[in-house]
Amino acid sequence: MTERADKTIELRVLRYNPVTDEKPHHQSFTVPYTSDMSVLQGLQWIKDTIDGSLTYRWSCRMAICGSCGMMINAEPKLACHTLLRDLAPGPVTVEPLNHFPIERDLVVTVDDFVKKIESVTPWLIPKHPKPVSEGPYNQTPAQMAAYENFSACINCMLCYAACPQYGENPKFIGPAAMAILQRYDGDSRDGGSALRIDAVHGEDGVWGCTAVGACSDVCPKAVDPMHAVNQNKMNTALDYFLRFLKKRDTK
Amino acid sequence: MEHIEADILIIGAGGAGLRAAIAAAEAAPGLSIALVSKVYPMRSHTVAAEGGSAGVLQDSDSLQAHFDDTVSGGDWLCEQDVVEYFVEHCTPEMIQLEHWGCPWSRKPDGDIAVRRFGGMKIARTWFAADRTGFHILHTLYQTSMKYPSIKRLDEFFCTDLLVDDGRAQGAVFLSLATGEFTAVTARAVIIATGGAGRVYPQNTNGGIVTGDGMALAFRHGVPLRDMEFMQYHPTCMPGSGVLFTEGARGEGGFLRNKDGYRYLQDYGLGPALPEVRNKYMELGPRDRISQAFWHEERKGRTIETAHGDAVLLDLTHLGRDKILERLPQIYDLAKDYMGVDAAEQPIPVRPAVHYTMGGILVDGRTAAPLPGLYAAGECSSVGIHGANRLGSNSLAELSVFGRVAGEQAAAFAQDSSNGDKGRLLDQARAAEGRALALLNRQGKGERHAALRDEMTAAMERGCGIYRLGDETQQTCDTLADLKKRYADVTLDDHTRVWNTDWTTAIELGFQLDVAEVIAYSALERKESRGAHQRLDGYENRDDERYLAHSLAHYRDGAAPEITYAPVSITKSPPGQRAYGEAGVKLEEAKAHKHD
Repeated sequence: MTERADKTIELRVLRYNPVTDEKPHHQSFTVPYTSDMSVLQGLQWIKDTIDGSLTYRWSCRMAICGSCGMMINAEPKLACHTLLRDLAPGPVTVEPLNHFPIERDLVVTVDDFVKKIESVTPWLIPKHPKPVSEGPYNQTPAQMAAYENFSACINCMLCYAACPQYGENPKFIGPAAMAILQRYDGDSRDGGSALRIDAVHGEDGVWGCTAVGACSDVCPKAVDPMHAVNQNKMNTALDYFLRFLKKRDTK
Repeated sequence: MEHIEADILIIGAGGAGLRAAIAAAEAAPGLSIALVSKVYPMRSHTVAAEGGSAGVLQDSDSLQAHFDDTVSGGDWLCEQDVVEYFVEHCTPEMIQLEHWGCPWSRKPDGDIAVRRFGGMKIARTWFAADRTGFHILHTLYQTSMKYPSIKRLDEFFCTDLLVDDGRAQGAVFLSLATGEFTAVTARAVIIATGGAGRVYPQNTNGGIVTGDGMALAFRHGVPLRDMEFMQYHPTCMPGSGVLFTEGARGEGGFLRNKDGYRYLQDYGLGPALPEVRNKYMELGPRDRISQAFWHEERKGRTIETAHGDAVLLDLTHLGRDKILERLPQIYDLAKDYMGVDAAEQPIPVRPAVHYTMGGILVDGRTAAPLPGLYAAGECSSVGIHGANRLGSNSLAELSVFGRVAGEQAAAFAQDSSNGDKGRLLDQARAAEGRALALLNRQGKGERHAALRDEMTAAMERGCGIYRLGDETQQTCDTLADLKKRYADVTLDDHTRVWNTDWTTAIELGFQLDVAEVIAYSALERKESRGAHQRLDGYENRDDERYLAHSLAHYRDGAAPEITYAPVSITKSPPGQRAYGEAGVKLEEAKAHKHD
């Protein structure tokens, strides 16, 4: 009882090849689909049978590798996690993620995003270093709950495509990097927050956030970067305050 | 062509590649490490591993027990000296990951929690909810940023190795963003490119799992070992093959047929107790449970779905809270993709290809027979999985042997001299030329996607859960035909920037080589062992002839040659594999004999 793909839906896909195209344009494809097909599977059908030059990133098909973020009907979504049946009768517009330079078709440049993650010192700096032979650190479920959500970020960049601030100022550190920073700052085993505080200071840091909350709305993993930004605002404010006090003390 | 000189080259930046890079950077901070992957590291398929990673932790557990479970689970085709090393080093590696921040799930007192897993006598699987691979990968990725000697080349696709003067000395890469080629030369090379599950139609693997590193090593004369042993995971989403972790059964889930009956009791895994118990029923090994599905399907006791028959993974008795705490990802997968609320209804599941148990032949310290070449993780055959891998041994493997590979490669690089750059770059340019010939081939040849579909269908038919010699032979014939036709495929896209039409076609070339190795290795093994089960007169294990590793050797323009090599047996002579009550009786009899 294999379901026949007897329904069709129109995908209007943004195409751009920097070698041959002056500017991006849309191309329509009529895609047969079954009730369990994702937008990714629609794109794969096009690539396999109609036009092998259609270009997009993908891998896991289960919303965990973070490769296939794109704008679907103008919303940032994972293509593997967005079902065609929910978009019927169409047409469906499929475009690269907002706010990132297009490399080709649906592929955008990731380097800047990766640099932002690298800039927040995203590794554990143990509060009390010890060798492996002394065993694991203790961490209660409540201590873990303080950061666990932020550790679930899959780096899919949907939050950057949704963030109006990042759209205006690409230097803005952005939601995912803040969530990852908070993932370590909030970890009871970590003692490195002083090293990370500089990444959040200043106009390109946490204060650039205008608290629209679009990042948390589009996150496919409920990471809630907005909450991380808020925590960082509190921490930074406190840090400024403490520095100010220290300055006065030393006078 | 751009040329980058490094001391160590690592191809693949998933769990094993990242762990190797960190180990090399720590062992020899003065060496430069090029860590190159066809995707950004966090996209690597380690990300999709769900259930957990093994490491003896409980006082009542022992290294001997982990060894015994692994060796009997592997149907005695494991390298026992390597398994001994492995089980000793699993727990320190898990602690190391903890020190790097991996958010392992905890007990209420803050100690590490472990869960039950299939074929393991006692709970010894460390887990981070049901996103263990994701957390291990991101922990390693972010930790790797600490080391200035690790230079990453992301989205660089490897098209060939550079081998000169009898040793591995680099590789050639195609930059996806530019379509230009880069040669990376190095004194030691580690392959960590993952498995080859995408040669089958329904599989749990990401699109990138195309056996690249296996094919590259193979073409340079390194044998692929035990490739007939492909693991079917018993609980996957019909159609896409997306995984529902064995941890679901470790947490107490049941498998039922269409009548609600816990059918595994009919296949030597019972009796069906009201609660799951280690090595009983749902916590049997993957090969046995996937085989039981095959029989249930033929008995007409499965349910139909749009993508083949299925049985039911029933978690409803666990309660919503436990499901959301321990199994949040698979809860979401069932809900989002199948419209099933796993707290209310059972999830339809069927077996799909999950793991490549064989791989690039390496010794117990990850060294391939080609000097300067190392391999770790799923692409390698270090010898711990034998004929059937136990769940949670592969994340442990990539940690333990990723580290070993990094340390060994660092030592080799320190002890060896630079090669002849002129000759290496000549080779690199020749490899570039071969790749460009495919890009520029004109005319109206076949589409490679159509060939891929024929390949995967042939693999499922001839190299599936059960195998028949004549069907496997047909698969070999089909693959030979596909390889001929592959030589004439043409692309839709002849441009250079981000041409995935091109890279996917190159991947299909790798896949056809690996598929052929799987098929011939299966054809030649005339016995049944672990995940390799035949129904054509070779239904039993035959230790006299086949207590041996298969080795597939490359032959240019011809089918691979299959030879056999002995298995290292240190302390566990081949015995009977038994689970459920039969397993307990067997252990009692053994203990009695020793009294």
